[in-house]
Amino acid sequence: MDTKLNVLTHVMVPDHTIMSEEEVRTLLSHYNITTEQLPNIFHDDPAVKAIDAKVDDVIRIVRISHTAGRAESYRLVIKRPKK
Amino acid sequence: MPSPKRIGKIEFGLLSPKEIREMSVRKIIWADTYDDDGFPYPQGLMDLNLGVIDPGLRCKTCDQKASECPGHFGHIELAKPVIHVGYTRLIRKLLRVTCRSCGRLLLSLDEVAKVFGTEDDLTGDQVSEKDVKKERTCPHCGEQQLKINFEKPTMFSEVLLEEGRKVEHKLTPADIRARLEKIPNEDLIPLGMNPEVARPEWTILTVLPVPPVTMRPSIILENGQRSEDDLTHKLVDIIRINQRFKENQDAGAPQLIIEDLWELLQYHVTTYLDNEVAGCPPARHRSGRPLKTLSQRLKGKDGRFRGSLSGKRVNFSSRTVISPDPNLSVTEVGVPRAVANEMTIPVRVTSYNIEQLKQIARNGPSRPTVNGPCGANYVIRPDNRRLRLAEGNLDTVAEMIEPGWTVERQLRDGDVVLFNRQPSLHRMSIMAHRVKVTEGKTFRLNPAVCPPYNADFDGDEMNLHIPQTEEARAEAYILISVEENILSPRFGGPIIGGIHDHVSGIFMLTHGMRHFTKEEVLYLLRFTNIEHMPPTAKEENETEYWTNKQVFSQILPTELNMVFRASSCQNCETCKKELCERDAYVRIFDGKLESGTIDKKAIGAFDGQIVNRIIRQYGMRRAAEFIDDLTKLSIRAIMLDGFSFGIDDEDLSKTEHGQIEEVLRNAALDVERRIKIYEEGQLEPMPGRTVEETLEMQIMQVLGKARDLTGQIAGRHLGLTNSAVVMAVSGARGSMLNLTQMAGCIGQQSVRGERIVRGYDDRTLPHFRKGDRGSDAHGFIKHSYKGGLNPTEFFFHAIGGREGLVDTAVRTSQSGYLQRRMINALQDLKVAYDGTVRTTGGRIIQFQYGEDGTDPTKSAFGDPVDVKGIVESIVKEEV
Repeated sequence: MDTKLNVLTHVMVPDHTIMSEEEVRTLLSHYNITTEQLPNIFHDDPAVKAIDAKVDDVIRIVRISHTAGRAESYRLVIKRPKK
Repeated sequence: MPSPKRIGKIEFGLLSPKEIREMSVRKIIWADTYDDDGFPYPQGLMDLNLGVIDPGLRCKTCDQKASECPGHFGHIELAKPVIHVGYTRLIRKLLRVTCRSCGRLLLSLDEVAKVFGTEDDLTGDQVSEKDVKKERTCPHCGEQQLKINFEKPTMFSEVLLEEGRKVEHKLTPADIRARLEKIPNEDLIPLGMNPEVARPEWTILTVLPVPPVTMRPSIILENGQRSEDDLTHKLVDIIRINQRFKENQDAGAPQLIIEDLWELLQYHVTTYLDNEVAGCPPARHRSGRPLKTLSQRLKGKDGRFRGSLSGKRVNFSSRTVISPDPNLSVTEVGVPRAVANEMTIPVRVTSYNIEQLKQIARNGPSRPTVNGPCGANYVIRPDNRRLRLAEGNLDTVAEMIEPGWTVERQLRDGDVVLFNRQPSLHRMSIMAHRVKVTEGKTFRLNPAVCPPYNADFDGDEMNLHIPQTEEARAEAYILISVEENILSPRFGGPIIGGIHDHVSGIFMLTHGMRHFTKEEVLYLLRFTNIEHMPPTAKEENETEYWTNKQVFSQILPTELNMVFRASSCQNCETCKKELCERDAYVRIFDGKLESGTIDKKAIGAFDGQIVNRIIRQYGMRRAAEFIDDLTKLSIRAIMLDGFSFGIDDEDLSKTEHGQIEEVLRNAALDVERRIKIYEEGQLEPMPGRTVEETLEMQIMQVLGKARDLTGQIAGRHLGLTNSAVVMAVSGARGSMLNLTQMAGCIGQQSVRGERIVRGYDDRTLPHFRKGDRGSDAHGFIKHSYKGGLNPTEFFFHAIGGREGLVDTAVRTSQSGYLQRRMINALQDLKVAYDGTVRTTGGRIIQFQYGEDGTDPTKSAFGDPVDVKGIVESIVKEEV
């Protein structure tokens, strides 16, 4: 039996999706930034593992926001550095 | 300005002996500093190659003068190696994880891979002492390993087994260094060391760098004696011992003496690096003061980082005690004449202002009265020479002034200055005010600006800073003037408004219906810019009368429409609106107060509904004017009746005392009854609680109710003629609870939200029987502050009071540190033009400020738009 919990189904976990290359390009040009200027997320983050994202992917996170109703943010998947 | 650079990486490493010798410009061998003529000894600690501090001399290394030469390092060749105290932890770890014979890591390659991970495995960790099992054999050469003991500060020893007994064998720094040298480079990487920049043997010093003299300048005292820096003193010690060590070594001294000297050298080098190491007596100055050596220069609040790099000192600032002045505008600050005469603003002379500036120069450095014209202290010629203005040369200097000169003019009324009170916790802690030169020796401020500074007048001091350029003044005025900061970004409401007496005064003025004669109205409105009296409200005995609401309406902007409930509103189920007996239904129609009482909710700091509406409708400047008018009107209103409080204001009549006593007696009986039920085992526990907890809760509830009841009895007797009631109802200060405790009953004292239970066996004090659960035995105070406490009550009160004091002390220090850490993390973030929050490097923190891009200052208590308020102000009705 697969007992692994899919964190994405939990109410407290916001929606994570991998962005296509095209979407990433428009995102970067919209904010006039390079990928290094994006916020990061570790490759071993449970949500990242759940959507099977790889290092250098960009993830779109859609949250229910207290102030705005719906807020989008974007994160670049990075390797967790050694301690 | 140089373009900003991005830091690619920072590398931390150790200085190798080779590097130390390479960067050294001189080998230092003499412990002496200066000869009898005051000239530095060659190869001494003050050698001219190490840089110069005396003006006139030139550096032998770079040939620059004292002001330009940055200083150069020298070095001392140590007779024997010594341990660097900063690396004892690392040395201990390295000795314990490597082989004592071959120097390899005490783990097989597989074991290393298991802990450290392979090249692209991301879960790896550094090899630590725990990964190596104790006293194993080396997997590479088979050598049996020994236990390494470390004794603070710098002693290492091996434990040998000799004839069945454990024997400690000391390791000299030279032994340790030999072992560390044997560790191969490949084995260092899993340990977290980069052998390119940090070979482990470099943690054992064989050569000691001598810092440049510019880092340890000697100062010349008044009596002409030289006083050396602490570092120099320590270096002298090191060189002396080093020299003696060498001589003894060359003379072939016995091993015991060598060891003693070695230890002494180790002690001096240790304290030179860090004079606060555990297990090591600090090196002291002749006077007994511990020396401030290298580590102490960097560490702590006054250290190089927190004290010199992140902390700065400024000119053009002053500090003195503050005191209140209700006659000043909130945008002003009263500056004492002595301060105004000392502080200056540079003004560039042009053909347009030359005559005024000549006159200012002629006025000279002293201003005889506060209303006198400002003078000047210095004038600056185009070649940057300063001419001091003094009594004798005023006219001569004034005549010399030409366009291109600068006059350092004294402060005068209307100058923009920055005013600040520590701790500067939010942006309103520094605001720009306009100067008003006043008599006295204190800074004056309108008490209405106390809330943003969190200031009071029990001896608080504040700082004043004078912006020196046109740009700075313009920025200060436009961005941080008091007018611009009436709204707090914390909750989007006004933080400046009436406090204390302003609230009491305006409450007494506007409560109910009162009539004033012309004299009274004019007295109240003396300071406002009223041009016409409003139409009279009534005429009696040929005297004209105006109502109190008319008087207040004079300071309201016309066209102001709003409806709200005052703080005295009791939230009745059906609101009687205009007919409210408390006069709590406030209705303003076209700038006229139709009904209701003005109190904290309307004009108070942090609440201020009227202030808030004026800001939204007319802007910040009009709101500042309103607050000015309000403070003046309310102070006059409170002076019209007078306002005081005394011990007899807590007096109750016999009937009330009887009622209170009865309430308390009933409560005590009720408590006893419940205890009896409990003792008989009849008490039904509440869900999730034990029987004892249930009983405690019931007792607390009964006693709490009794206390409230006494308050109501007292409140019935003390009406709005009582000033404490006025203050409580209007929201100016205090609450009905305070009044209850003064006149009625103080109530239950608690520790951690429970009745007081600590003390002796089964009882709080020896005055009670063991196991007494009654109200008196556990901290219920049935007397009032006025009536006086009995000894046991007094003791319980002290217990409860102490808890409160401890809580506040702990809370302030904890939240202060929390705030410091948060500010450190957030200080350089800014909102970019595209609405994103970014670091200075352009990295995005938030894609939209606050996720909705709304400025909390401009929001209406959290909502982007105050729909209700706008609709109400247009339809002029409550919706």
